[in-house]
Amino acid sequence: MDILKVENLTKKYGNFTAVAGISFSVQKGEIFGFLGPNGAGKTTTINMLTGLAKVTEGSAYLAGIDCVKETKRAQGLMGIVADESNLYPEMNGWENLNFCGALYGLEKNERKERAWELLELVGLKEVAHKPFGAYSRGMKRRLTIAAGIIHNPEVLFLDEPTTGIDVKSAREIRKMLLDLNKRGTTIFLTTHYIEEAERLCDRIAFIVDGKIVKIDSTRGLLEEAQRGQTVQFTLGNGSLKPCEILRGAFPGYRCQVIDAKTIRVHSGKAIDLIPIVDVFKDNSLALYEAKVIRPTLEEIFVQITGIEAKKIKTGGDKK
Amino acid sequence: MKAWIAFKNIFLKDMRNYYLKPPNISWGIIFPFAWTLMFFLRSQSTVDIRGILPGVMAMSILFGTTSMLAVTITFERRSRSFERLLLAPIDLNILMLAKTSGAVLFGIINAFVPVVFALFLVDLAGINWLVVLGSVFFIAVTSTFLGLLIAVTVSEVFEAQTFSNFFRFPMVFLCGLFIPIRNLPAILRPLSYAIPLTYGADILKTAINGEGHLMVGLSFFILIIFSLVFFTISTRNIKEKWIH
Repeated sequence: MDILKVENLTKKYGNFTAVAGISFSVQKGEIFGFLGPNGAGKTTTINMLTGLAKVTEGSAYLAGIDCVKETKRAQGLMGIVADESNLYPEMNGWENLNFCGALYGLEKNERKERAWELLELVGLKEVAHKPFGAYSRGMKRRLTIAAGIIHNPEVLFLDEPTTGIDVKSAREIRKMLLDLNKRGTTIFLTTHYIEEAERLCDRIAFIVDGKIVKIDSTRGLLEEAQRGQTVQFTLGNGSLKPCEILRGAFPGYRCQVIDAKTIRVHSGKAIDLIPIVDVFKDNSLALYEAKVIRPTLEEIFVQITGIEAKKIKTGGDKK
Repeated sequence: MKAWIAFKNIFLKDMRNYYLKPPNISWGIIFPFAWTLMFFLRSQSTVDIRGILPGVMAMSILFGTTSMLAVTITFERRSRSFERLLLAPIDLNILMLAKTSGAVLFGIINAFVPVVFALFLVDLAGINWLVVLGSVFFIAVTSTFLGLLIAVTVSEVFEAQTFSNFFRFPMVFLCGLFIPIRNLPAILRPLSYAIPLTYGADILKTAINGEGHLMVGLSFFILIIFSLVFFTISTRNIKEKWIH
């Protein structure tokens, strides 16, 4: 069942198109990820869905409610966690949650009960009376997520949930998000961390330059890539150009240079290693290692978008 | 009911987090005291406390509300906590009324600080307190909404302060509190009638000393119009600038 349905959503700033007519749906109970480099249109999409940006064209329905025309009604069904921990620094953890509950109209007793329940859930009960400003980044992020679900929203929108926090806290947050999802919270998240999308998401949309270039289940994306085979070769002599030699000998294979001594050979079918080894031998190339590589989401992303994986972490451009 | 819960909690949070902080309470006491002292030094002998009361009250409200509101909203915008309010399922008008109600109350409290001082020094008999309260309320509302207009226009806290002064000081000199409007150069007189403080101060002068020269009912009506205009422009600007 679709809880969020987006059709032809477009955002233009003058002549610049930030989001170009994207369509997708999010199913109830899933974790849906928007993966793309900085400036791809991820935050603009979230802003349009949550009512922080005006929609130029298109429609979005959350649980049947028009997010464009009935924004305030739709906001009541959303939990929103911005890419910055934007709670009140002078208020303590409990006060912040209590206040956020009040913004959604929760009664005093309900807010109180829910705030303690969430503080327990995000592991901050011990520091409930400490000012938010004194929390570590990871703790701030956890409390901000708790504030996003204080009213039991239909969908939790998370913009870059682990950006700018340490590895340990990021891992805790990912675990927390999976726990929340197990409890029934539908999650829509944006990220530029491929591993994060792979670990968390049931389905992923690759967004580049405001357009969705691929949308599929994480498993589907991996299976599609695994239909072929990738073999990594470690060679001894870096002065020759093994990829050029292999391309000449096996036009059906794709060859990628990883570093001075390592190459990867891709094929849509199983790769017969003996002829390749013979070619290396004929060209006096020492072969030290050959191993089959399981394609990762990172490789699939690179294949589909043409964007180097390392660049999406720094907001790089297309190849 | 849900909107009321949100309204009440935004108001209470702002009172606790901003308006009832010790530095602001002390500011609310020091400011009118400083103004009274200034008039005392100027007169070089005694000061007509009852005579200057409307002016000190009006300025306490004007400076208190515009300073606090412009700074708190700009500060929340910078820290992005204001975004949280915009994303809550609360109508923008109710949200902004909740955000401004703390400043209005702060302005009203500020206005009565000099009254408390004056109670110990002069006879305040014969004052129409109902009209005073109404006037104080509307000066607080118009000044707060002016602060809101400033907050929506700027993006930095220091800009909010500078921009506030751009309006406040001319208002103080043009509103007739210290220089009667009839004594102002003819070219400036129309400006006096284009600022809300003129009408609020005139009602205070009428209610406290019987010295106002405008009809009280008309002044109240004009203050309501100013409030509506400032609030409407502010919320329209929020929709255009902050929900872009």
